[in-house]
Amino acid sequence: MRYSIFSLMRQVLRGHRDWTPAWRDAAPKRSYDVIVVGGGGHGLATAHYLAKVHGITNVAVLEKGWIGSGNAGRNTTIIRSNYLLPGNLPFYELSMKLWEGLEQDLNYNAMVSQRGVLNLCHSDAQRDAYARRGNAMRMHGVDAELLDVDAIRRMAPFLDFDNGRFPIRGGLLQPRGGTARHDAVVWGYARAASQRGVDIIQNCEVTGFIQEAGRITGVTTTRGEIRATKIGLAVAGNTSRLTNMAGLRMPIESHVLQAFVSESIKPLIPGVVTFGAGHFYVSQSDKGGLVFGGDIDGYNSYAQRGNLPMVEDVGEGAMALMPSLGRIRVLRSWGGVMDMSMDGSPIIDLTPKPGLYLNAGWCYGGFKATPASGWCFAHLLARDEPHEVGRDYRLDRFATGHLIDEKGQGAQPNLH
Amino acid sequence: MRIQCPFCGERDSSEFTYLGDATVRRPDPSAPEQFFEAVYMRDNPAGRHDELWYHGFGCRSWLRVMRDTRTHEVAAVEMCQGAASL
Repeated sequence: MRYSIFSLMRQVLRGHRDWTPAWRDAAPKRSYDVIVVGGGGHGLATAHYLAKVHGITNVAVLEKGWIGSGNAGRNTTIIRSNYLLPGNLPFYELSMKLWEGLEQDLNYNAMVSQRGVLNLCHSDAQRDAYARRGNAMRMHGVDAELLDVDAIRRMAPFLDFDNGRFPIRGGLLQPRGGTARHDAVVWGYARAASQRGVDIIQNCEVTGFIQEAGRITGVTTTRGEIRATKIGLAVAGNTSRLTNMAGLRMPIESHVLQAFVSESIKPLIPGVVTFGAGHFYVSQSDKGGLVFGGDIDGYNSYAQRGNLPMVEDVGEGAMALMPSLGRIRVLRSWGGVMDMSMDGSPIIDLTPKPGLYLNAGWCYGGFKATPASGWCFAHLLARDEPHEVGRDYRLDRFATGHLIDEKGQGAQPNLH
Repeated sequence: MRIQCPFCGERDSSEFTYLGDATVRRPDPSAPEQFFEAVYMRDNPAGRHDELWYHGFGCRSWLRVMRDTRTHEVAAVEMCQGAASL
């Protein structure tokens, strides 16, 4: 069924009885050409582009729970391509361009809202660093504007401009950045992939790999054995658990990132605003709740929940930026499992095991990468060579020294 | 999440700084493959994790903590005293 104003009107007249399921809840076959492990945004995007761009439709997406129940269902919805390094910029800008055409491509309302992403700076040195990043963006054809205090005062009058400790000196704006409705992204990709013949298999947890003559040829799951010529992992924070089953260790630590939503208030924050003197970011959803977050807690965790010190830290960031938020009530908090890599940048590459392909290391920045991650991983799976914009996301870069370290923190995952 | 410091008693996790996997050992510098493994590769288990915490806002000891990464439950804490190093 194609979604349109006409299909909506028809359904209104029929009392909404005839909507068809958005995707087939498929049962696993004995074998496929490609298995994608992980039914989140990245896995489903990969399956969609495998089918649409490469004509590979004999594909299964295996998800241990329900699709989008991992980080795709837990993020703070921000999309942007305001990176610094040449290994990152073309990739995230491809993603940004894919976001811009996504809803037409998928025939699904993902509420892509290019409301602007504003990074505030609070010192002259930080402003200079932001100018450098903005210029790097512009050199790659990405939109970036360096704003002075007056421009920010006009754009975001609700901020605290009298803060003596963290004075707002200016900011870097990416006008094309913004937000997207994360659940809809999952469902949109799932529907589009399923319509092209991809089997989406939920409640199917991979429990091991089948190896024959040193090659990975299939998986054992809670729903039986399934064989495939190629198996791609897109499981984010669970990457090490899967690769350990294949006898591989990874340059990854899994960490918890918390996120929060407040009670609904009248429209206050038109775009995405990030604090420069601490790790804090906020936007307002269409339901009126503020969606915000901060740093990872800092210790290895698979618990999908964090602890109170970081809750307090995030609250302090909010108060430093907008003391007017002091009375607002936090409605919900939750956590996800972040695959923090050793340089803070992702990995889209073959593995030392023939037949096994890897998409991991997204840290806390995977959501914005969803379209390009799927695009590049599909390219790698289809052609056995990396896509041009993902070329630097090699697994062996840690050994060869070609690290992509935006923060310059070195081999300490919890600092990225 | 609280950690039982052997000197200071049970303290909130915010008094500590986390380093990471305590099972990593500094290898012979003349073996680059082992050095690479020690610096970059991790087991990253879902379950019991042997890890290093620094009690910066307390006695400033390095502690070796056995903690479950699925539940955050701390099973054991002991002083490092040079037992672990990187």
